[in-house]
Amino acid sequence: MKRFLALTVAIVAVSASAATSPKDDRAIVHVLSRTGFGPRPGNVEKVRAMGLQRYIDEQLYPERIPDVAIALRLTGLTTIGMSSRQIAEQYELPQLEARRRRKAEGKDKDAAPGDGKQPTDAMQQRATGVMIELAQQKLLRAVYSDRQLQEVLTDFWFNHFNVDARKGRDRFLLTEYERDTIRPRVLGKFRDLLGATAKSPAMLFYLDNWMSSAGPDLNLAPGLARAQGQGKRAPKGLNENYGRELMELHTLGVDGGYTQKDVTEVARALTGWTLKSPRQGGGFAFDARIHDTEQKVVLGHVIAAGGGESDGEQVLDILATHPSTATFIATKLTRRFVSDRPPPALVERVAARFRDTDGDLRDVMRTILTSPEFLSPDAYRAKVKTPFEFVVSALRATSAEVQDARPLVHEVQQLGMPLYQCQPPTGYKDTGDAWVNTGALVSRMNLAVRLAAGQLRGTSVNCGLWIADCGLRTPGMVDSDGLRTDSDVVVARLLNGDASDTTRATIAKATDAQKMVALTLGAPDFQRR
Amino acid sequence: MMSRRVFVKNGAVAFVSLGFAPSFMARTAVAASGRSKQLIAIFQRGAVDGLSVVVPHGESDYYRARPSIAIPRPNSGDSGAIDLDGFFGFNPRLRPLKALWDARQLAIIHACGSPDSTRSHFDAQDYMESATPGVKSTSDGWLNRYLQTQHAEHATPFRAVALTSQLPRMLQGTAPALAVSQLAQFGIRAGQSSETVGASFEAEYAAAADSVLNGTGREAFSAIKMLKTADPSKYEPANGADYPRGAFGQSLRQIAQLTKANVGLEVAFADVGGWDTHVNQGAGQGQLATRLDDFSRSIAALVTDLGDRMADTVILTMSEFGRAVNENGNRGTDHGHGNAMMVIGGGVRGGHVYGKWPGLSVEKRYDGRDLAVTTDFRDVFGEIVTKHLGLRDARQVFPGFQIAEARFPGLLA
Repeated sequence: MKRFLALTVAIVAVSASAATSPKDDRAIVHVLSRTGFGPRPGNVEKVRAMGLQRYIDEQLYPERIPDVAIALRLTGLTTIGMSSRQIAEQYELPQLEARRRRKAEGKDKDAAPGDGKQPTDAMQQRATGVMIELAQQKLLRAVYSDRQLQEVLTDFWFNHFNVDARKGRDRFLLTEYERDTIRPRVLGKFRDLLGATAKSPAMLFYLDNWMSSAGPDLNLAPGLARAQGQGKRAPKGLNENYGRELMELHTLGVDGGYTQKDVTEVARALTGWTLKSPRQGGGFAFDARIHDTEQKVVLGHVIAAGGGESDGEQVLDILATHPSTATFIATKLTRRFVSDRPPPALVERVAARFRDTDGDLRDVMRTILTSPEFLSPDAYRAKVKTPFEFVVSALRATSAEVQDARPLVHEVQQLGMPLYQCQPPTGYKDTGDAWVNTGALVSRMNLAVRLAAGQLRGTSVNCGLWIADCGLRTPGMVDSDGLRTDSDVVVARLLNGDASDTTRATIAKATDAQKMVALTLGAPDFQRR
Repeated sequence: MMSRRVFVKNGAVAFVSLGFAPSFMARTAVAASGRSKQLIAIFQRGAVDGLSVVVPHGESDYYRARPSIAIPRPNSGDSGAIDLDGFFGFNPRLRPLKALWDARQLAIIHACGSPDSTRSHFDAQDYMESATPGVKSTSDGWLNRYLQTQHAEHATPFRAVALTSQLPRMLQGTAPALAVSQLAQFGIRAGQSSETVGASFEAEYAAAADSVLNGTGREAFSAIKMLKTADPSKYEPANGADYPRGAFGQSLRQIAQLTKANVGLEVAFADVGGWDTHVNQGAGQGQLATRLDDFSRSIAALVTDLGDRMADTVILTMSEFGRAVNENGNRGTDHGHGNAMMVIGGGVRGGHVYGKWPGLSVEKRYDGRDLAVTTDFRDVFGEIVTKHLGLRDARQVFPGFQIAEARFPGLLA
């Protein structure tokens, strides 16, 4: 096994260094579009100069990339540095207080709180503002951070451990969840990331584990009429929601070899993993009073009676080291970084690396990013951009200057991908079919038109200027880069010179710079990465 | 246009004013052939209080449970219930729909809902749209699974349309579905250059080697052209239909527009919020009544506008759960369980409240507090998908649920 791995690494090293040949800009563009959100002007030259392998290495150690400018971009977003407790104190409690007051005064005529459609008053809008700031932060980091791989992976792992901000209090918990639970761990050990999400208030709340307690599983009660409870605050007994998703979505995968019995046993083991004073932004707490103290058997492993809080830790150990988990994570990561249908041989090698390194995500990522499959022509522009990737890559390619990211957050939402608001715990789909549909495509074209025309509030793009920067072109003249016309410059800049003949011809016919840019960003060529 | 007063006073006259009377009846008989079927799904987000919509005025427990917000028994003036069958009555603000009940084109399924106990809007909406109660990881919605299962040979880009800015969960999935909140704005918008920029994009996508983007691009531009031919900016509702100006009325107006533009619309979706009446719900007047007024006038306008096309149409209304039987301390109602759904259309066996009524006495309530569920909402969806839309085998649309015709409520002939 070791030998096989050594050999693999060797092949990979050769192919990676071969790809750094200065003429092969395609490989560079490919790497920039997968380990990041697409090239900014100057990126290709920079990577060409330092070498592809070194660039990948650098990205694998984000803490070594200074990334100083990003702090400046994020100033003004006051909540993104706050703890959940601070957010609760400043945003949630006043909202609850206002609602209580309104109820007391009996003036709730038009308000219809919590129907999942409209924020109904100023307080609620303020509360929603926390989530919007978080989304602005995500967008700005994706556009401007030099730690591109870290941002891609934060997006990936947040989506893997998805939590929807619209579920009750979760809108106040995601700031901390992404910043402290996900982002610092995306290149660490999988078990560490899994454990951190399991204990995060965001996840405990989202998948109901905080209210799961020892007792009968009401889901097993026959028929529609259930055992009598005492109103909605009464303890409900076992809640399997997290136990199921933990195996189906976070670790083993739906075909990972677990049974309904395992779901129940896992849920029992995790009883008592709850929250301390949730309304005050309190964190994880183990409550022995609601913990099921009996023995559990999970996937054949016996968890002895009386383990208390450690029952849950044992479950996470069992799941993190299960071979199905390695395969499931390898499949999802290669789907994200290589293609919608990743080559099985690659998935197997990545899964093996996951198993051999105890789920070391940096090693796993290195295996993917240096694999021949990753750098093969088959993988080039094989992925359809998600709406988020589309918007961010367009902003990067055009060197857009974002002064206010709020309108962009709205645009991404209009394209069908509201940030932090993916309803099912599955997260957004990572295959092209989810994102290519008529309405969405028309919306992308329209967004391209508005971006190029400088009609997006808070964002400026000066197409004319950067075309002019490349020198005045007269028909028949060729500049030092071999570019003939304005449309050549546009194609070079936005598509790295790689456009279909029709796209190129269409752009060439456009009468001004704005239209050229619009027709490039909205073109089929730009919808892929 | 008939004034509402006349409408109220004289059901028969009102019925004629709906505009579909004689030919509609005739068409129903021959509906089997000819025009394709259409389903219009309406989601009342926020959990409407079904006990105030279809009022069990024959049950004294109802009045005991709601001293300040019960809808008074029929014949108690303008704010009293409109009797339907001696036991149930409409909220007075559902007056515009009464003619449909009388014409037996409107059916109600009461005490209908989910087997899951959740009282979370979020989860319950999710379950109703995925139609997999208790299973959150279902990636697609039931209407999309219907579209996947029932292959349509000549499907247009308008086969499934949601009049919303984002595709609702119910229509998400691998089958194409379009979300568009303003038809008039669907197209390439580049000011004075819209034509040329649109044509340029069209050329790019038409030539794309990429089959997925090529196919979808073609679809998009054919949709834009279809819509342009239909000219949504110049739409005049038929039969004097008068849509309320609110967002919901305008959504339904656009559904009628698309229907009459013959662009291949099979499944349409609209939603309407404002039902989460925890405080000062009101009775025959007040908060809920105002919403119901807009709701019922919008639907009545749609039916009037669609005229004899109603023979091929089913309108289905739903809401994630009902509300608690007892009123709370704020003259409102908290989250409950069972609820009422409505089904309207030419093929509907209307004028009847379907479902076993569980009763409202405390020992008959779910968890001791809510209207119990006696009809699983999937049996309603299942019947519509099977008997109205003509799907032979609905099992794939409702995974993990035993679809059986024997359990269908019998809403459709």
